[in-house]
Amino acid sequence: MNTTRRALLAAGASLALARPALAQAAPKVVVIGGGFGGATAARALHRGGLDVTLVEVNPTYVACPFSNEVIAGLQPMAAQRFGYEGLARAGIRVVHAAATGIDAGARRVTLADGTTFPYDRLVLSPGIDLRFDAIPGYDEAAAARMPHAWKAGEQTLLLARQIEAMPEGGTVVLAVPGNPYRCPPGPYERASLIAHVLKTRKPRAKLILLDAKDTFSKQRLFQSAWATLYPEQIEYVPLAEGGQVSAVEPDAMIVRTDFAEYKADVACIIPPQRAGRIAIVAGVADRSGWCPIDPVTFESRLVPGLHVIGDAAIAGAMPKSAFSANAQAKVCAAAVIDLLAGRAPETPKLINTCYSLVAPGYGISIAGVYHPAGGVLADVEGAGGISPVDAPRSLREQEALYAADWYRTITRQVFG
Amino acid sequence: MKLFPMVAACLLAGPVGVASAAERPPPGASSCAGCHAEGAAMGAIDGRPEAEIAAALAAYRSGTRPDSVMGRIAKGFSEAESQAIAAYLARQGQP
Ligand SMILES: Cc1cc2nc3c(=O)[nH]c(=O)nc-3n(C[C@H](O)[C@H](O)[C@H](O)COP(=O)(O)OP(=O)(O)OC[C@H]3O[C@@H](n4cnc5c(N)ncnc54)[C@H](O)[C@@H]3O)c2cc1C
Repeated sequence: MNTTRRALLAAGASLALARPALAQAAPKVVVIGGGFGGATAARALHRGGLDVTLVEVNPTYVACPFSNEVIAGLQPMAAQRFGYEGLARAGIRVVHAAATGIDAGARRVTLADGTTFPYDRLVLSPGIDLRFDAIPGYDEAAAARMPHAWKAGEQTLLLARQIEAMPEGGTVVLAVPGNPYRCPPGPYERASLIAHVLKTRKPRAKLILLDAKDTFSKQRLFQSAWATLYPEQIEYVPLAEGGQVSAVEPDAMIVRTDFAEYKADVACIIPPQRAGRIAIVAGVADRSGWCPIDPVTFESRLVPGLHVIGDAAIAGAMPKSAFSANAQAKVCAAAVIDLLAGRAPETPKLINTCYSLVAPGYGISIAGVYHPAGGVLADVEGAGGISPVDAPRSLREQEALYAADWYRTITRQVFG
Repeated sequence: MKLFPMVAACLLAGPVGVASAAERPPPGASSCAGCHAEGAAMGAIDGRPEAEIAAALAAYRSGTRPDSVMGRIAKGFSEAESQAIAAYLARQGQP
């Protein structure tokens, strides 16, 4: 019997025992996805007195924030892995299985083995799926040669090994998709840290950054840092200069654009993305592949009773970040608690802060404050923005420290 | 007008322990814990005196207390909102 099945049976048994008491017990909320969004939501809903079931397919979560540091050998992979014991200890029913079906009419979630869980409200935080139909030649098999490393785990380690093994004087090609995608500054942090490895260990090697956009998050900060730190390492090709990848040939390690053909020693291809598959199954994703939501409650605009948070949601001006997913989860949980108690949910404000490491001891950040306006989450005028461009090195050091402390704090709070 | 559903809901929700409205954090306050914790460079803020938190937020907002990150965030909150956040955070972490 595999562990998933054992966990399921255990969860089923405890449910059966608890059933008589549950007949008039707390309303039931099922949360699908135990990442930054879902695990936070499960904790907040549980603290609010609800009967919470967290459905997460993997027994261990591998965090994406700081995974670029793993690729550059600056952080051990072990520091990215988190178990769910902390959530179970807090009293949350954690079921390790894939949710495969949602019957919004009957208010029931079906798992891969056919088990069903009833709910009064359902929270979806399934993260992203990579679109393996978007770039000709780039399918799941291609990702084994040209890693995306945009879901942390084996892919992260594969890219780390490839960079390590790359010959001196070699070429890394890093391809970035158009908006929207998970972690807007993430590809540029990755480019920076790979450049750091090249500069310190393979000084004749270079990185070609192919971008399907002309502007990007923290652009002035990244580009001024690159001009100082990595002038020999990074060659940036924006959309206007032919940065959009039109096809790849993984066997030949060729990356094509409409303008040129690049022969890579290492090719990291981050393809376009969409909401995790279960969101499509549930009918909460629109034709864009992402999920429209009410900005006060995160309730789906397409299927009542279902709430979508984190990367899968269309959260207006809020970027797809772990910080956002965590903040959204708390607001969504408060709204679900209010709705189940017949109270009107309060109009929220949310914060996001994203740090990027450009080099060891060199951090930069972007922050924002958001509120519901015109039916979406919009920037609060006059707030937010990026770190000062002409800051002294001491501020960069401080922000690198903040980045590391943020990661420790948030992961302890979520998985704890 | 809102009274009836609220009373009904309280009757329904009361016995099962769904958190009361009084414990709800004011807008924005729940985001703070993303960074502020014991032992972190940003420092813990739960349970600090209300006046201290409110003064810090006011100083970040006006720019008299320079800080790269909090300066950008505090400008997103009015004085009344900042006061409410300060009062809420001061109540947290206390017995
Ligand atoms: C390289 C990189 C660097 C990043 N750096 C930062 C950073 O510095 N700061 C920051 O704030 N953010 C960062 N991010 C972004 C961050 O990782 C995501 O925004 C965040 O993980 C989103 O949380 P989520 O809950 O929406 O999804 P996830 O964290 O992806 O969680 C989704 C979970 O749902 C589970 N799941 C999906 N479908 C099912 C199903 N059907 N049944 C059961 N379980 C299911 C998955 O297994 C997964 O555990 C980075 C991302 C990358 C790629």
